[in-house]
Amino acid sequence: MEERELRALIEEVRVGTLNRRRFVQTMVGLGLTAPLTAQMLSSAGVAHAQTKVQYAPTKRGGGGALKVLWWQSPTLLNPHFATGTKDQDGSRIFYEPLAAFDPDGNLVPILAAEIPSIQNGAVAKDGKSVTWKLNKNVVWHDGKPFTADDIVFNWEYAADAATAATTISSYKDIARIDKLDSHTVKLTFKNPTPFWADGFCGYRGMIIPKHVFEPFKGAKSREAPANVKPVGTGPYKYVDFKPGDIVRGELNANYHMPNRPHFDSIEMKGGGDAVSAGRAVVQTGEYDYAWNMQVEEEIMRRMEQGGKGKFETSPSGNIEHIQCNQTDPNKEVDGERSSLKAPHPFLTDPAVRQALSLLVDRHSVQEEIYGRGGQVTANFLNAPSKYASKANKAEFNVEKANQILEAAGWKKGADGIRAKGDKKLKMVYQTSINAPRQKTQAIVKQAAAKAGIELELKSITASVFFSSDAANPDIYSRFSTDIQMYTTTQASPDPQTFMEQFASWEAATKENKYQGRNITRWRNDEYDKLFRAAETELDPVKRAALFIRMNDMVIQNVVVVPVIWRTKVQAVSSRLRGVEISGWDNDTANLFNWFRA
Amino acid sequence: MSRYVVRRLLIAVPVIFGISLVLFTILALAPGDPFEELATNPNVPPEVRMHLRSQFGLDDPLPVRYTRWLTSMVRGDWGFSFASRVNVDTLIMQRLPTSLFVLGSAQLLGLLIALPIGTYSALRPYSVFDQVATTLAFVGFSLPTFFTGLVFILVFSIWLDWLPFIYRADIAATGWRWWWENARQAAMPVAVLGLFQGATLTRFVRSAVIDVIRLDYVNTARAKGLSEGVTVVKHVIRNALIPVVTLLALQIPGIFTGAVITEQIFRIPGIGSLLITSILANDTPVIMAITFVFSCLVVIFNLIADLLYGWLDPRIAFR
Repeated sequence: MEERELRALIEEVRVGTLNRRRFVQTMVGLGLTAPLTAQMLSSAGVAHAQTKVQYAPTKRGGGGALKVLWWQSPTLLNPHFATGTKDQDGSRIFYEPLAAFDPDGNLVPILAAEIPSIQNGAVAKDGKSVTWKLNKNVVWHDGKPFTADDIVFNWEYAADAATAATTISSYKDIARIDKLDSHTVKLTFKNPTPFWADGFCGYRGMIIPKHVFEPFKGAKSREAPANVKPVGTGPYKYVDFKPGDIVRGELNANYHMPNRPHFDSIEMKGGGDAVSAGRAVVQTGEYDYAWNMQVEEEIMRRMEQGGKGKFETSPSGNIEHIQCNQTDPNKEVDGERSSLKAPHPFLTDPAVRQALSLLVDRHSVQEEIYGRGGQVTANFLNAPSKYASKANKAEFNVEKANQILEAAGWKKGADGIRAKGDKKLKMVYQTSINAPRQKTQAIVKQAAAKAGIELELKSITASVFFSSDAANPDIYSRFSTDIQMYTTTQASPDPQTFMEQFASWEAATKENKYQGRNITRWRNDEYDKLFRAAETELDPVKRAALFIRMNDMVIQNVVVVPVIWRTKVQAVSSRLRGVEISGWDNDTANLFNWFRA
Repeated sequence: MSRYVVRRLLIAVPVIFGISLVLFTILALAPGDPFEELATNPNVPPEVRMHLRSQFGLDDPLPVRYTRWLTSMVRGDWGFSFASRVNVDTLIMQRLPTSLFVLGSAQLLGLLIALPIGTYSALRPYSVFDQVATTLAFVGFSLPTFFTGLVFILVFSIWLDWLPFIYRADIAATGWRWWWENARQAAMPVAVLGLFQGATLTRFVRSAVIDVIRLDYVNTARAKGLSEGVTVVKHVIRNALIPVVTLLALQIPGIFTGAVITEQIFRIPGIGSLLITSILANDTPVIMAITFVFSCLVVIFNLIADLLYGWLDPRIAFR
C-alpha cells in the first residue's frame, strides 16, 4: 500500500467515515502490529478524546459579534416551558443552571460554588437530601442579587401542576427545599435519590428569577412578559427576540466569570434547513456556528474543502434501533391490536429474534449512510462510557442466522420463505419517512431475504408516526407492525429514565392511551427487579453494574436490535475556539468559554 | 354603484364564514398535535401535555372550539400561538413589514421589467427582440423559484462571495450602512421573485397590447397624425392595462402570505416562513389566523378588482 493511500485512509478515520477498528483490522491484515497502527492514528491527530481548549482572552468583550444558526429556531425563552432543544438552547444564552454537564456526563459548577458530593458531606449518605452552596457573586441582568430564594421559587414554580412546566419531572420528587442561609439550600427528596442532579442541573435546571416571575406562577404562567423577554444570569443580556426567527443578546458586563464573555453581542438566527446552515458556516463563513447538522457525509466533506470551518461531532446517548413487537399486531383483542393478551406468533421465539439481530449489517449502515453521524454499536445503553457493556458484539452473519432458524425448525418453503406449521416468517417493518431510514430498511430487507425472512417495508410521515394521537393506528407507540425502527433519545447522563422503557409497568396499551414508554411490550420479572434495585442503589459502581446488566438482558434477549449510536454533529467556524459540545447539555451550555482566535 | 358594493359585501359575509368553517374543520381533522415533541420526550410526564391541552382548550368538542374561535375573532382577539404563547397578531406584525418589503419590491421589479419589454414586443411581434424576450419569459416562468434561488446562492454567495444568503430582519447598523446592508441581502430574493413575476407579466402585457393595437381606434389615432409615442402611451397602453391592473389587484393578497419557498431558502422572516413553521408545529391558531386573513383579502381584493375594472372602463356597468 502506498503512502498516499495510507494517508487517505487515516483521513477517513479522522472524519469518521472509516471506523477506527476497521482501520486497525486492515492494517493488521497488512502485517502491521496493532499498537503501531494505533500510533499511526494518534500521530495523525486522531486521538480518542478531544483535548480541552484553554480560554485565551484576558479581558471581557472585544470579540465582536457571535453569529450562530439554529435551523429550528426558538419559539419561547422560558426554560420551564421549552418544548424542544431549540427553546432550551435559546434560553441558555440568558439563563444558567447550578451546574452543567460536560461531555463525559460530569457536573461543572456554574451558579453553584461547588459540586456536592458524599466526600464533602453535601450529599446525604441515605440519598434523601443534598445541599447546594450558591455562588455569591451572581447578579441578575436587572441588578438584583441571585439568592437561595430563587432556588426555592424555581422548585415551587416548576412543581406546580397548574404551571404545566415541561421540567416538572425534575422537581416534583423534591419533598421540600430549606433555605439554610442566603446562599445555601438543602433539597430533601421524597425517596432515596441516587441521581440527585436532575433538578437545577443541565438544560432542565436553568433558573429563572423569583422577583420577575413570582406574579405569574401556576395558571397565569402564560401571561408573563418575561417568557419572551428573559432576565437571567447568563453571559449575554436580552436585546431582542422574534419567535421562530431571531434571538439577540449583548454582553453582560456584570457576568460572574472573569474575562467572560469574549463576544460583544450574540445573534441566534433560525429557519431554513441543515444543509444551507452548514454551508453558511463551513463554506462561506457568514456564520460562526450551526447546530444539529443532519447532512450526508459526502456533502459535508465537499463543503469542508474550503477550509473555513469543520463539521465536528460529539457523543450523545441517542440510539437508532429496531424494536421487536412481543405482541400480535394482527390480532384484535377487546378492540386493541398489539394487545398484551395476544403474544406475537413467532417474534416470541428467541431463535427468530436472534436471527434478526444477525441480519442487520450495522457496519454497512454506518459507512454507507450515517458517516460521522453515528457509530456501530451492539448496546442499547452506550453512554456515558461507564455504563457501556463490553459483553456484546455487533455481528452480521447471514450463514449463522440461517443455521439458527434451521435448528429451531423454521424450514424454507418453495417460495424461499421459512415456515413452521402455519406460521410464515413474513414481517412488516415500519419507520418514519427519512432518507437514511429508508436506506437502512433496504439493507436489512436484502439480508433478511437471504435468510428466508420476508420483510414488507412501510414508511410513515414523521408527523404522524411520532404523534401522540392515540386514535391513529400508525403512531409508533401503537406499534401495529412486527418490527419498527427509530431513534430513542437519552436525555440525561443518568440512564434511569432511559432504561425504564423496558419495565413491564411502562407497556404501552390502549388503557394508558399508548403513553407507556415500553413500546415492544416485553415483560420480564428479572428486568423489573433489576430496575427497582437501581432506583434506590446509592453506590454508583453497583448502580452502573445494574444498568449494564439491564442492557445485556435487552440485547441478549434481542428485545431490540441497536443499529447506530448517533452522534451530535455541528458546524464550527475554523476561527471559533472553546466550543465544547456535551451530549448531556445544551449546545450553548459553555457559551461563556467561546472565543475567536 | 353603492348598491352593488353593499350587495357584494353582504354576499362576502357568508363566504368568509364558510371559508373559516372549512379551514377550521380541516385543521382539526389533520393529524398531529401541537405538543407532539413533548409526547416523545421521556422526561416530560404525559400529564403535562394533558394539562396544556385542556388549558389551551384542545380537548373540547369541535363545535365549541369553533364558536370560541369565531367569537373572539369577531372581537378582534386572534388568540395566541401554542408554540411561543405569544399573541398571534404580535407574531404577524413582527413578520409583516419584511414580507411587504420583499414582495412589494419584487412586484415592482416585475412590473418594471414587464411593462417596457411586453409593450415593445407587442409593437414588433415576431421580431428578433420579441423572439428573444418570449423565449426568456418562457424560461423565466418555467423555472421554479426554489431552483433559481439555489442557483443564485451558488453563483453570488458561494462562487463569487458577493452577497449574503441569510436574510436578517434587524440589521445592527444605521444610516447608509443600513440601507446598503439591506439592499445587499434583499438583492437575491427580490431578484428571484421579481424575475419570475416579470416573466409571467411580460407575456400578459404583450398579449394585452397586441389585442389592443389592432383595433380601429388605434388606426384612427394614427390617421389623424398623432405621433407613434403618443398613440402607444395614451391610447394603447392605457386600454391594454385594464386586465393587467386587475391581475395585479388579485395578486396583492399574495403579498400578505409571503413567498413560502423563497422565504425558506433565504431565511426571510416573513409571513410565509411563519406559516410553514406553524404548519409543521401544528400551531393551529397561527395557521388559522394567516389563512383566514388571506381568504378575507382575496375576497376583498376580488371586489376591488371588479370596482377598478368599472372605473378604468366606464362601459362596464354594475348591476
